[in-house]
Amino acid sequence: MTHQSRTASGDRLTRSLGWLSLGLGIPPLLRPGGFVRALGIDDAPGRCAAAALVGVRELAAAGGLLALTSPAWLWARVGGDVMDLAMLGSSLRDRSSWDRRRTVAATATVAAITAIDTYAAITRSRSRVTETTGTTTVSEPPQKVYDRWRQLASLPVFMAHLDEVRVTGERTSHWRAVPVDGRHIEWDAEITEDVPGERIAWRSIDNPDIWNEGTVSFLAAPGGRGTEVHVRMRYALPGGRLGQFMARLLGEDPRQQLDDDLRRFKQVAETGEVVRSEGAPAGKRARHEFPQHPARPLAADELEEVRA
Amino acid sequence: MKANCWVRPNKVEVQDVPDPAILNSRDAIIKITSTAICGSDLHLLDGYVPTMQEGDVLGHEFMGEVVEVGSGVDPAKLKVGDRVVVPFPIACGACTACQAGLYSVCENTNPNAGLAEKFFGHPTAGIFGYSHLTGGFAGGQAQYARVPFADVGPLRVGPDLTDEQVLFLSDILPTGYMGAEMCEIKPGDVVAVWGAGPVGQFAMDSARVLGADRVIAIDKEPYRLRMAEQAGYTTVNFEEVDVRSELLELTGGRGPDKCIDAVGMEATHGSHLIGSYDRVKQAARAETDRPHALRQAILSCRNGGIVSVIGVYGGFIDKFPAGAWMNRGLTLRTGQCHVQRYMKPLLELIQRGRINPARVITHRLPLAQAPHGYDIFKHKKDNCEKVVLTP
Repeated sequence: MTHQSRTASGDRLTRSLGWLSLGLGIPPLLRPGGFVRALGIDDAPGRCAAAALVGVRELAAAGGLLALTSPAWLWARVGGDVMDLAMLGSSLRDRSSWDRRRTVAATATVAAITAIDTYAAITRSRSRVTETTGTTTVSEPPQKVYDRWRQLASLPVFMAHLDEVRVTGERTSHWRAVPVDGRHIEWDAEITEDVPGERIAWRSIDNPDIWNEGTVSFLAAPGGRGTEVHVRMRYALPGGRLGQFMARLLGEDPRQQLDDDLRRFKQVAETGEVVRSEGAPAGKRARHEFPQHPARPLAADELEEVRA
Repeated sequence: MKANCWVRPNKVEVQDVPDPAILNSRDAIIKITSTAICGSDLHLLDGYVPTMQEGDVLGHEFMGEVVEVGSGVDPAKLKVGDRVVVPFPIACGACTACQAGLYSVCENTNPNAGLAEKFFGHPTAGIFGYSHLTGGFAGGQAQYARVPFADVGPLRVGPDLTDEQVLFLSDILPTGYMGAEMCEIKPGDVVAVWGAGPVGQFAMDSARVLGADRVIAIDKEPYRLRMAEQAGYTTVNFEEVDVRSELLELTGGRGPDKCIDAVGMEATHGSHLIGSYDRVKQAARAETDRPHALRQAILSCRNGGIVSVIGVYGGFIDKFPAGAWMNRGLTLRTGQCHVQRYMKPLLELIQRGRINPARVITHRLPLAQAPHGYDIFKHKKDNCEKVVLTP
């Protein structure tokens, strides 16, 4: 199953980029020589032909973005931008540019547009469902561990990405994640299966910012070692595969997140709280703190921040 | 307060840092009265342990007086005014590992467990002043320290014993003892100990307490061998003789029944050729540890014997004699010491005069001279065996 958290349709940025393509496509088709000179480059026939092709490409992208509204056309724009940067760069190198200032300005403009196109393409790409599993063993009987987890409002104590969980009904709750780039991601969820001491299943409802569903199972561990907690979750991050790759680069590997969350769940269950060190004083945000605070006592203002 | 901090490889410095504060409810703040430099601190100094950061407070052997306790500390177990020795591994006391007495692999005390897992496959416990891989906890070469799970680890001691008699219960005495205990010593056993540093000396003392017939010390520093000799042990200087032949000579050709590696990852070698081979590979990061003592212990041990490793290793080794180990039925045992398990029984041995830990102390310095202490300990200047610092 594929879930679309956001598509290109009806999106202001995507439409703006469509109009930009249209605006950029017409001049090089009508007057290729004039277009090339405006960039500060001499108008040899080969270059005029290239300019005309750029015009055709831009019109195609405009049509794609305004009529078909597929994010693939945003990626096409990114590809076109890269070609343009390559052509501008080569005219700077082979001295066919007679006004370097104009050419440099054009290159800078295209670079800026490339950044906007890339941002739009990543954020508008169809999101893909990812499945993540994680497990830990807690030295308490299954019923007790289940009871702990069922207190949904206390999940943010150990889950790094959660700011707040509000129980809104017998089976429903409202979830708010810690802000990412200043934006709060929120969703409502309902419990779809609830077997005390054994299993809780949930899914997001009502057009969530992040579609997600999953189960957490509680199994007696062998040898009286307490309870194995097994979490299996599926969710759709905006940005598709590339978005996930970027997230991983930024240290947001979802599997690791889940492992760390479960480790802290175990800490809370077995010791009463999330363990803090001078290097990771905020406890649940440890992974985002590399390089960490040095392993030395915190100054008064740092302490205040941690305790806030 | 003043604290001895890691600045970069081969550079430590006493700096002014903030006083520690309670971060978790079961923390206590200790006013430190005595602290020591450990051989494993030298691995940090030398830059062989990854994830050190500039400004990290060093030190994991310390004791002092409780000056503040968090709201969650059980008053029956610890209160303000108590005099305590602090074990170096931080342990919660509640997880399966702690319940089984495996405190140094406590499952809950390393906030950077996810990182440690990448290095070691599974994470290990938090340790004071010992890199961010073991949690990023500020250490005890300082005037004060925060001690998590203060009602689990710290051992209360009465006023009848001096700091110097009990300080080493924090690490090196239990570590040496565990090294000997893992050997399952039986009457008549000959035990060889590689490394006559402080941990090696305590492994020898412990082997004797546990009933070894003869204890052999292997090192190259004459003053360290002299210290072992004065305590009644046979000595072998690996710069003067071939260790394996000498051990065969001393054991009627059998080899030592039990062998203890109290050296670890920065071993030196009698043969410059082999020593340089490992040194170059380590510098090139083709192996991270120089395992010469371990190789020699395995090759020297008698058939079916036990090789016990308490010297610290951090990463990977090369030329591990797996053939000797497997075909001759050797048992290899190791671990960071589960200090909490040994503190009380060893305190008793000290009280009864069976072990005198203060015998290894050669230097007493103020905390302000910690960098000098590291220097003489590392370079074995001035016959330095063990440095105790007073804040």
